[in-house]
Order: sequence, then structure tokens, then C-alpha cells
Amino acid sequence: MANERLMERPATLAKDVQIDLLAKMLLGRRFEERCAEMYSLQKIGGFCHLAIGQEAVSVGAISTLQPEDYIFCSYRDHVHAIMKGCDPGRVMAELFGRDTGLSRGKGGSMHLFDAGHGMLGGHAIVGGHIPLATGVAFAMKYQARPQVVLCFFGEAAVNIGAFHESLNMAALWKLPCVYIVENNRYGMGTAIERASAIYDVAQRACAYDMASETVDGMDVLAVREAIGRAGDLARRESMPTLIEARCYRFMGHSMSDPVHGHYRTKEEVEEQKLKDPIKRYFEKLAADGLIDRQGFEQLDAAARRIVDAAVEFAEHSPEPPAGALYEDVYSQPYGSYTRSHQ
Amino acid sequence: MPLITYRDALTQALREEMQRDPNVFLMGEEVGVYQGAYKVSRGLLQEFGERRVIDTPITEEGFAGVGVGSAMVGLRPIIEMMTWNFSMLAMDQIINSAAKMLYMSGGQFKIPMVVRGPGGAAHQLAAQHSQSLEGWFAHVPGLKVVAPSTPYDAKGLLKSAIRDDDPVIFFEGETLYGSKGEVPEGEYTVPLGVADVKRAGTDVTIIAWSKMVSIALKAAEALAAEGIACEVIDPRTLRPLDEEPLVASVQKTNRCVIVEEGWEYSGIGAQLAYVIHRDAFGDLDAPVTRVTGADVPMPYAKNLEHMAMPSPARVVQAVKEVLYIE
Ligand SMILES: Cc1ncc(C[n+]2csc(CCOP(=O)(O)OP(=O)(O)O)c2C)c(N)n1
Repeated sequence: MANERLMERPATLAKDVQIDLLAKMLLGRRFEERCAEMYSLQKIGGFCHLAIGQEAVSVGAISTLQPEDYIFCSYRDHVHAIMKGCDPGRVMAELFGRDTGLSRGKGGSMHLFDAGHGMLGGHAIVGGHIPLATGVAFAMKYQARPQVVLCFFGEAAVNIGAFHESLNMAALWKLPCVYIVENNRYGMGTAIERASAIYDVAQRACAYDMASETVDGMDVLAVREAIGRAGDLARRESMPTLIEARCYRFMGHSMSDPVHGHYRTKEEVEEQKLKDPIKRYFEKLAADGLIDRQGFEQLDAAARRIVDAAVEFAEHSPEPPAGALYEDVYSQPYGSYTRSHQ
Repeated sequence: MPLITYRDALTQALREEMQRDPNVFLMGEEVGVYQGAYKVSRGLLQEFGERRVIDTPITEEGFAGVGVGSAMVGLRPIIEMMTWNFSMLAMDQIINSAAKMLYMSGGQFKIPMVVRGPGGAAHQLAAQHSQSLEGWFAHVPGLKVVAPSTPYDAKGLLKSAIRDDDPVIFFEGETLYGSKGEVPEGEYTVPLGVADVKRAGTDVTIIAWSKMVSIALKAAEALAAEGIACEVIDPRTLRPLDEEPLVASVQKTNRCVIVEEGWEYSGIGAQLAYVIHRDAFGDLDAPVTRVTGADVPMPYAKNLEHMAMPSPARVVQAVKEVLYIE
């Protein structure tokens, strides 16, 4: 069951694993850039939250998991879903509102679900999924399954009651859940300093006597290491951890929010972009002699091809049939309600 | 058949279902060591242990969400709300997560969860501890809502609710726990979504559920002495609603009184009256009348509380109104 690679130090990580992390971050970045484009073409509707700039967190964290492990995320969930193994074509089709989408066009950008890949959803109520992740960890313990649940959310979510309720229960009952705060400093337009009485989010774990760590969320290897340790603690000792990954989003909160506006300056965003996790990681790998510019271009081209194919698949997928409207409200048909063929 | 209390009937249902399926567990405040705030879970901790009878901190949103999450991956949680008054704190998890999970996941994640506990007014508990909120939940597609009136129904419906693959909101009548009725020894279930005639009659149809069934039956008894034969129907499940027998009864009696403990405004009775008008308009000899709780927060004073609640006398009066007797 144990993932051998979890225990490896980054220095001894196999070359292919190190390169793969770069390839994955590139795929996430290119996928979301295309989302932005498709949104402006009105192929994608509703709210659309991109995680451009935050790839190191999802890629680093999810790279430590086994296929049977679970993840929960907020509405900023595209890259997480793809990293968990969901088909990029079906993710894009979901954003397009197509029948072939991960959630059959019923969920959209904020509600990507894939039971087959342990993707337990994007959830759109801030922090509303934290108790759900705690419940899945409860079930893992109940059934003595050595699985781990990763629960991703933003730093603004730590101020809601459900965060406190969940972490208290997880620590009290020793549940195998890793709570990952993607601290990108802003909850929409509210800076953490204006919303949180305490700046160091990881410190909140002391209220629950829970293990915690603060990690550079712009460094994919650092995230991978920290989540690897937390995952071990969950798997071996059924103990939860709170990880604060300090990161930054390069785009607006959602597609309707400009990159910088009333709440942050252009200079601040430009300064943060110098720490771009992809650029930084590529430079490190290049310095270690593991990849050169040409190798990077090849990875990038491969990522673009996957995204092209995803858009192609979404474009050519049918919309849900009219009958889907009353489908899957209940698990058994009654009245006008029916059940899809799952 | 043994005569047992509504409370014991519910305990039997919990015990039998926990014996039947190891994935069923009970979670809530005081369900274990304390034996249940209303003693519905009496003996279960001793029988099933701490793994399956779980005392929680006071954290309604948190443990309702733990239930939903565990249901996503195959467990069958029974979540006890100490009373439904506290369920507002869990509304986000029940409505935004439990009710919508199957739909927004495109059919991938079922939530086989029961949320149960006492609802309705008790005696002089005042505004924050005396309310009937079944209308709130029945409003939401994705939830099923059950409100049994007798020990027999309570046991049979709870067993069905636990076996159901959807989130079921299960209202127990707070003042019904001590009421007694016949419950067979062996295993039986009462299906969700099936109404029951509690008293047959030909002159007026009275629709009532939970504690209001006994109010309706008392009224029917009094009216029988005056030669008026009331038919009392209990939908038992408020969603999915078994419309057909309600409509058929009104088609026979041509008159209808709905008795609801909750508030009139946007209450379940409004939906029932609509169904009757939609399907039996031509058969009605009088407008449908509703007897409901007063449109106020529940007062503490005994006399005011009494005035705020539906009573047999008010039902008698409503029946006479639809018969144009007074
Ligand atoms: C309970 C709730 N309140 C408000 C909102 C509106 N809202 C959506 S995202 C957001 C900011 C959340 O910020 P954070 O948790 O830090 O996550 P990030 O968007 O930075 O990833 C707000 C206020 C919501 N979805 N849910």
C-alpha cells in the first residue's frame, strides 16, 4: 500500500518523476489558459475560477497520492481534477456544459466529480466541503481502509465555523485527513490581514493539538514533501494534519475580476510573477542538468496537444438531452424524476 | 400484538437495521453514553460499541457534513438532531450538500443518509424549542421527508428510511415519544411515499400527519357523536407525496380540512390544498380549509401556547365550516 516514492527525498527522486511534475504543472497552466480563452468566447459560462500561479500546490500534493485516495476541493478545481487522473476532455466538456462532462453537464466549473478517480468534487460554498472530507476520512477509519483524504480550500475558508468543527472532530477522532490551505492571500478582494485575526494560518492547528506545517506553495517539491509527510501520518497513524501552502493567484478571483484592481496593485502581481512556480522549477531542473530549453518546449507542446484534444472533444460533444433535467434528483424514479444509466 | 411506545418502536428500528447492516451507524449529540437526549438510542452503545454509536461535540453543521461525506463513500449514517430546532446550523450541509450531491455529480454520488430527531412543540418550551420545520425540508428537491404518527408507522418508516439510497429527513413527534400503539414482533417495513387512512368516513376528509393525526382523530370522534363521518388520512411521507389517495378521498367526501402544526404561511398545507384543487376541483362542495399553528413564534405562557396550536376544537369548527353547519 505504501507509496515508495513518498519516502524519497527530492534529491533522490527519480529523474522521470521530477520531469513529470513539470509536465503536470504545464498541463494545468495550459489547460486554464485555454479555459480563459473559451470563457471569453462564451463557450464556458457561469463562474469560472482559475488557479493559474497555484499549480505547485495541487500538482505537488496530488502527486503523493495513490489512485484509491480521495480529494475534495473548492470551486477552483480544474487542475486538481486533472491531477487526480480525470480526463481533461471530460473536464473541458463539463465546463462547456456537455453530456460527456465529468458531471454530465450538471455541475459545471465549480462541481467536477469523478467517482472512478476519487475526485469527490469541487464545492461552491466556501468551506462547505471541509465537513464532507472529514466524513470521508471518518468512513476510511470506520472501514479500516488505509486511504488518505486531501481537502483543499482557500485561506478565507478557515474563518468559517465548519473549519473549526471539522478540525476539532478530526483531531479528536484521529481521522486520516490532510487539510490543505491554499493561502493565496485573498478571499475575492479581501486580503487575509483584513479577514483573519491571526496571520499564520498553520498556527490554528494548535487549537486542536494537530500537526501542522507551513510550506512554500510556489515550490512544487516543498509541497510534495510536506504533503508526503502528512499523508504518511494519515496512512500509518490515522492522524490529520493542517498544511498551509503560501501561494499566489496570477489571475483575478474569477473571470469577472480583473488581474489587479482595487484590492491589489499591478506592481504586487508583477513581483509575485517572478516567483512563478513553473519558471522557478524549470530553472532548478535546468541547473541540476535534468532538462534544457528544448526539453521544456517539448513538454509544453505535449501539454498543448492534450488541451487541444480536450477542447476538440468538448466542442464535438452533445448537450445533455432534455430528459436529463429531471434525472438524478433521487436515486429511484418517482413522479417526473428519473435515474440516469450509471 | 405487543403495545409499545413510539420511542421504543424507533429504538427497535435502529437496533434491527444496525444488526442487519454493519455500514449503518448512529451519530449525534448524547446518543451514546447519555443514551439519547430523548432516550431513543437507549442500549445501542452497549450493544454496538463506540465505533457505531458516536457521541459528537455540539457541532450540527460539522457532524451533518461528516454524515454526508461518509455516505458518499458507502456508509449509511443515521444523524440524530437533538431536536430539529438545531438543524438550522446544519442547513448548509443538508441542503447544499446532501440534497444536491446526486444531481450535481451527474448521478455518481448517492447520499443514503437519515437525519432524524424530534420536531414540533412540546410543553412550554417557547420560541426556540417549539417549531415544526418539515415545510423547510419538503421544499427542497433531493430530500425525502417523513413524519410518522404512530409507533407502527414510526418503526416501519424508519427502517425504510435507513435502507433508502437518498437523504431522508425523519421528523419524530416530540410529544409522541411516550404514546403507545401495536407493533408486530417480527420484521416489517412501511414503504416511503404511501399514505394511510387512519379512520374511514364519508362526509369530510381530514389530512393530518405526525402529532396532528391524534388531534384530527379526537375531532373526528367528537363529530361522530353528531352524526358526521370524517375520513382521516395521514400522508406519512410529505415528500414524495402519495397524492392519489388524498384526492380520491376528497372525490368521495367532497370536502377537505388540512391540519398542520407548523405555520400557515408557505406551509405544507398550501401544497396539499393546491393538489386537491388541481385534481378534485370539480368534486369540491366547499373551499379547502386549513387549521395551522398561529403565525407567531411560539409563546411560553400556557394559555397563549394553547391558543397557538391546532386543537380538536378548532378542527371540529373547521369541519363544520366546510359542511356549512355553522
Ligand atoms: C459561504 C460562502 N460565502 C460567500 C461566498 C462567495 N465567495 C466565493 S469565493 C469567495 C472567496 C473565498 O476565498 P478563499 O477561501 O481564500 O479561496 P480562493 O478563492 O482564494 O481560492 C467568496 C467570498 C461563497 N461561495 N460561499
